[in-house]
Amino acid sequence: MTIVLETVRLKLHDIAHGRSGDKGNRSNISVIPYSPEAYPLLLEQVTEAKVLELFAHKGASAVKRYELPNLPALNFVIDDALEGGVNSTLNLDLHGKTLSFMLLAMPVEVPLDRVREFTDGRRS
Amino acid sequence: MTRDLVHIGCGAGFAGDRKDAGGPVVDTLAKRDGPKYLIFETLAERTLALAQKQKLKNPEKGYSPFLEAYVRPVLQRCLEHKIRIVSNFGAANPMGGARKILEIARELGCRTPRIAVVSGDDLLAVMNEGEIRAHKTIEGLPIGDGIVAANTYIGARPIAEALAGGADIVVVGRTTDPALVLGPLIHEFGWAEDDWDRLAAGTLAGHLLECGAQVTGAYFADPGFKDVPDLAHVGFPVATIGRDGAITVSKAENTGGAVTPASVMEQILYEMHDPSAYLTADVVLDITGVTVTQESENVVAVSGAKGKPRPDTLKTTVSFDGGWLGEAEISYAGPNALARAELARDVIRERCLERGSNAEYRFDIVGLSSTFDGGSAPYPGRPAPAPDGDFRVRAAVSCHSKEVAEDLADEVLSLYCSGPAGGGGFRRNITAQIHTASILVDRDRLAPSVGYCGAEI
Repeated sequence: MTIVLETVRLKLHDIAHGRSGDKGNRSNISVIPYSPEAYPLLLEQVTEAKVLELFAHKGASAVKRYELPNLPALNFVIDDALEGGVNSTLNLDLHGKTLSFMLLAMPVEVPLDRVREFTDGRRS
Repeated sequence: MTRDLVHIGCGAGFAGDRKDAGGPVVDTLAKRDGPKYLIFETLAERTLALAQKQKLKNPEKGYSPFLEAYVRPVLQRCLEHKIRIVSNFGAANPMGGARKILEIARELGCRTPRIAVVSGDDLLAVMNEGEIRAHKTIEGLPIGDGIVAANTYIGARPIAEALAGGADIVVVGRTTDPALVLGPLIHEFGWAEDDWDRLAAGTLAGHLLECGAQVTGAYFADPGFKDVPDLAHVGFPVATIGRDGAITVSKAENTGGAVTPASVMEQILYEMHDPSAYLTADVVLDITGVTVTQESENVVAVSGAKGKPRPDTLKTTVSFDGGWLGEAEISYAGPNALARAELARDVIRERCLERGSNAEYRFDIVGLSSTFDGGSAPYPGRPAPAPDGDFRVRAAVSCHSKEVAEDLADEVLSLYCSGPAGGGGFRRNITAQIHTASILVDRDRLAPSVGYCGAEI
């Protein structure tokens, strides 16, 4: 008998929040789970490769993920994400301040029986 | 006893922040026992170059244009309650800023404050352009023609020295933002130059305070997900730092906003790259062991910062002429609006390309996707647009001559009579651009110094 674990597709935004900052042509975006219990899921699903793919159309060249289990949180540093950065980009958003929400639009697969737990810390 | 705790509030997180934020912070600090400080952070990378340009036009100017708006409402109460003010609103002319504060004090009828002026961040005073250009930039790009300013992040020590000299107010130009907080802590606690863990804790406290309301619920609120009460009157932060480096973050009383582990964590990681090595002039901060705990409503404790020896070099921002940015916008709404907006965009693009200019252009349709797009590459995840929506066509150009920028704006303007049906709400913006590059300079080349004006001790 095989056990099928049912999952539901949510946006990362449903289970985590974050903030973007800039330095030159680099963007850094934190990803912080509403429930610390969701941290392992973020580790597994919000990978450097997936974030690079998400920012590829902006010309991103590399992504480094830093892990902070104490908080818990992830910190992504995305090279060449800002179309030249505040110096030379023609994007309306010079600093990439809106980009945390581009990352938070990423789909994640959440086990059905944990949806309530992982979305529980919202509104705090 | 009370000397083991220092209270520091922040009244502005950038030049452009709320002008009435400092009042509740001062009211809150006034009730606290022990040393009390109010900081204003007003100096983004480009701001100093703009200030330098102002100073060239008028040698009395060149301090932050927001100085008066921030200082005037709180000066009297700060002097009465021994709340010392530390700010980088000196920008390109800290002495000019100090004189302006003395003038405000006279107008208000306050006692004459003792004002310290920190100078020595201007690299152009000690290094010629050729030598500056010989440095490799951190970004890997060359320093362009027409250097406007080169200022070094000089750190917290001169601020501590200024406070030891009895200053009521310390006016600084370029320094690291956290130094506005670390300087007072070094002065109060006598932390040694190699007391890395304490210096790291003070730097983390500074990092949490320097962006104002970003730690108390602003740049954070997300309705239904992260609800923040009364964001319209968000309280600015007040932190208490112990001699051992323990930090608690709270906010001004009788204000909106929220201080929670979530708001504090977002700010800890703001503009942080490697969390084990946040480089400053005074210490290398490691936050990988930091923990964040809600102590009571709107009070969050932060502990666990570690420090490593400071770098031998200091970061310097070099600002230079960046040509012109031209932008213009026009709106289309209602039935078939998307098709009309796309036609407008295509008309402008075609006419600009016919000019044969080698300037860089960009065209957006705001309402479809814009900030998420990359140059001409659309955001792949954008939702299906409503064809009858409300759209705004935006054209932008980066160029060497102002004429090209004006020409683009004129093209968008001409759509009123020569474009698709129902175009309205034209706006234009032509801006002289300043570009920046960062270099690392041997710290021995800078010799910051402290001068005083106003009251003698």
